Amino acid sequence: MHELSIAQYLVDAACDAASREGSAQVIRVVARVGRLSGVVKEALRFSFDLAAEGTACEGAVLDIEVVSVSVLCPRCDAPRELPDDWHFACPTCGTPTANVVSGRELELVSVEITADAAPHS
Amino acid sequence: MQPRILELRTKILKKNDELARELRAEFARCGLLAMNVVSGPGAGKTELLTRTLTRLNKDYRAAAVVGDLATENDARRLAASGSPVKQILTGTMCHLEADMVREAVKDWDLQRLDFLFIENVGNLVCPSSWDLGEDLRVLLSSVTEGEDKPLKYPTLINSCDVVVVSKVDLVGALDFDLRLLEENIERVRPGAPVLRTSAKTGEGFDAWVDYLRKRFEAKRSSHGEKADRALTATEPVLSV
Repeated sequence: MHELSIAQYLVDAACDAASREGSAQVIRVVARVGRLSGVVKEALRFSFDLAAEGTACEGAVLDIEVVSVSVLCPRCDAPRELPDDWHFACPTCGTPTANVVSGRELELVSVEITADAAPHS
Repeated sequence: MQPRILELRTKILKKNDELARELRAEFARCGLLAMNVVSGPGAGKTELLTRTLTRLNKDYRAAAVVGDLATENDARRLAASGSPVKQILTGTMCHLEADMVREAVKDWDLQRLDFLFIENVGNLVCPSSWDLGEDLRVLLSSVTEGEDKPLKYPTLINSCDVVVVSKVDLVGALDFDLRLLEENIERVRPGAPVLRTSAKTGEGFDAWVDYLRKRFEAKRSSHGEKADRALTATEPVLSV
């Protein structure tokens, strides 16, 4: 359950951003999770609610955008999206490649906050 | 007032990544080659490392930190090699993070070390997202695990630089298909060198220690600068 650790980092980052803007409540958190990141969406959602308890993120909605895996094919010299079978080869010409260009993402994209106060001084 | 949306676009594990970058810079400054050793439970990480440390200690100074949920058994076993060893107890945590490694090595004079092995918690899923500042991520895959392990756990295996196959002395008894395992590794992590070893018979350890020595010399000759991880992806397959 490494998703709990990831959720704690996510909640900390979202709370920090809200606090910088003087907001006491996060309404929504948007995250991007690559399919190669090893994070299970449902487990992250579950962990997020646990990690958010007692923080500015409590009750916030977590939107998770899943990013598919793309590799750079050295032969076609073009990015190619991999099908779901974890075969790291160009789906067009079959050349093996370990050059992953997307799919490892673990990103905090945005947070939606209440605009209830001026920034803390 | 209307709610506001803050566009952040930051890495969720930014704090860990920053710490890992600091560790990597420190390892480079000290001319130290760092390995993050990952595997499922029971693949033989501690046995591999005990033998590896013993071999390396003839010519180099090698140390190890080892992560487990509980017990200091592994640290005791590793200490038999004569190397400095530190146990990290993770409690319920299924992986190591960069701050745990920093804490574990803080009392060591890294300048005096040539190799640092970080034995991760035995787990084929969770360690994949955590950069520990390593030069090489080493996957240990034992022949008692089944030939299709790489296909079942692609996320971690794809992130590895080199694969050590352990317990090859058992291949006959298990009717294990080594070539099928190597094909599956190549499918999930094309270009990764694969080394066959047995800690029981010593088979393959010359090649493994030689591989480490070459990586160490390459790092030292590049004036302590860490070779970019991406470069390792284009290495030819090393046949043993």
